[in-house]
Amino acid sequence: MWKTIIRRILLMIPQILILSILIFVIADFMPGDPFTGLIDPNLDPAQLEAMREAYGLNDPLPVKYVRWMRNAFQGDFGRSFNYQQPVTAVIAGRIGNTIRLSLLSVILTYLIGLPLGILAGRYNESVLDKTVLVYNFVSFAVPIFVLALLMVWIFGYNLNWFPARGSISINAETQWEIWMSQLYHLLLPSITTAILGTTSIIQYLRSEIIDAKVSDYVKTARSKGVPIQKVYTKHIFRNASLPIASGFGYTIVSLFTGSIFIEQIFTYRGMGYLFLQSINTRDYSVIFVLVLFYGFMALVGTLLSDLILMAVDPRIRID
Amino acid sequence: MATNKDAEAVVSDDMAASAPPMGMKVIAREFMRDKLALVSLILLILILATVFIWSFIVDQDVVQTVSLWDSYLPPMSMSEDPMFEGTRYILGTDSAGRDIFGLLLIGARNSLILGWSVTVVSSTIGIVVGILAAYYAGLVDNIIMRIIDFIMILPQLMIIIIFVTIVPNYNVVSFAAILILFSWHGQARFIRGRALTVGRLDFISASKTMGTPSLVIMLREMMPNISSLIIVNLTLNFAGSIGLETGLSYLGFGLPTGTPSLGTLVSYATNPDILENKAWVWLPASTLILVLVLCINYVGRALQRAADAKQRLG
Repeated sequence: MWKTIIRRILLMIPQILILSILIFVIADFMPGDPFTGLIDPNLDPAQLEAMREAYGLNDPLPVKYVRWMRNAFQGDFGRSFNYQQPVTAVIAGRIGNTIRLSLLSVILTYLIGLPLGILAGRYNESVLDKTVLVYNFVSFAVPIFVLALLMVWIFGYNLNWFPARGSISINAETQWEIWMSQLYHLLLPSITTAILGTTSIIQYLRSEIIDAKVSDYVKTARSKGVPIQKVYTKHIFRNASLPIASGFGYTIVSLFTGSIFIEQIFTYRGMGYLFLQSINTRDYSVIFVLVLFYGFMALVGTLLSDLILMAVDPRIRID
Repeated sequence: MATNKDAEAVVSDDMAASAPPMGMKVIAREFMRDKLALVSLILLILILATVFIWSFIVDQDVVQTVSLWDSYLPPMSMSEDPMFEGTRYILGTDSAGRDIFGLLLIGARNSLILGWSVTVVSSTIGIVVGILAAYYAGLVDNIIMRIIDFIMILPQLMIIIIFVTIVPNYNVVSFAAILILFSWHGQARFIRGRALTVGRLDFISASKTMGTPSLVIMLREMMPNISSLIIVNLTLNFAGSIGLETGLSYLGFGLPTGTPSLGTLVSYATNPDILENKAWVWLPASTLILVLVLCINYVGRALQRAADAKQRLG
């Protein structure tokens, strides 16, 4: 098993390298540079050129790339021109917000998805099952930004149940108030994410449970006298949750990446919002690190998912 | 002897009665059985017909004419511009005094055409690549799959946004090309999986042994066996493409300014004042996206069931 893990990790290195070169080249094509916005009549073009030279913006691409990589290995991922501080500090300032939002979203997703999936599978063909199927279909089809807008409009602006924007209220003073205010701001975006996030959980759980109901091990358990409730909680659920476990790696990774649409619509200052801001301000160093981070996270997610599946399902431990 | 013949007659009768229904018949039966699918289909056809017939009839320059007198008129109000005396705006107007209803129809047409073109082109690429990978297997398959695996780890939305900002002379065609560039791989993966199963069947091996050219095997023997899946996927991806395009246009990285789409109409809602107080500007477009995507998906599901005998309702 360790052999597999080490081999997979080694395979990640070339992928990350190719990704970094690709994005570095693309970022170089982006129009303008961080100084374009600074042009004002008082600044002499020669001086601007000198600044570009000083920041190394005029160097050939491979030189810039090697310099960046060398610094990255020493923990220096470049400076954000927009914020005038290290990229790591900019990201560190936002990632907390994203983790909080995603964590609540994931918890709500499982709180909605698990019971609905189990009940729909157990009582399939019932009214409940049919309702869940309709919900499952809608959650698969609806684009997230449309639902998010409708939620903000209905619950944020018209009913005033939840704050429509931001991540914290300016009136919060004590620690307790800060926490409560943060939680209150998180509710609407995370409920929206959770409503659409349950699709695969419900689909897998339901169909696995329906399949398991007629399987031999369930018949055996029933005929030796295991109560039906216990058959569901101990026998069927364990097997039916395997496909969900396999997706858990991606779930963990999604905690750090968040959603561009949700953060944009709820004006929630997390990673996705930072990305859009950086695109608009041409803050390449931040864009570059963000995309690299997301790509790295996707790789980690795949690895984690395989590892989790190996851990919970002894049948697929391969070397 | 007589009994034998009777038995044969019965058998052939049975054969006739149980001949598997094919093609359109199965699909029609599936839709008749599932009334919601039928409703979705009719609604979809109605929307498509309205959008396309209307955009033929109406002069689009009139719709796009700016008239500052008419800025943000609520629905059902009369025009206040002497130039458009007596015009009634059923859905109100936007900031530049343009008719929301007209913009909605033009936008829907643009979104539908763009979504459909992206789907067709990316599916075609996906089918070709997928079948090639499955047919030649081995090294070809390995290379193609490594490339696809690599595209899979890219943060798709971010990369598309970056591409949109760096492309010079950005227009509708380059936007479509960017979308295609990042949506063919899912198709290819899916088609490859199905084509692999078909490629392992005996009749393909037999055909190979007989010396049938590879191209003929791929086009005439493998393709027809996955054709129903291709149709189902075309439908489902169509809905996906519309969602992606409108989403990107909403963020401001979609169709270029001057080309209205459902997404650009929704993007008025990025302004909190419009979102809260002038819902008539963005709500119709959002609703239309919702209805379109739900209908297309539902029709797709019905087709999917029709393609798989085990899932059929009818």
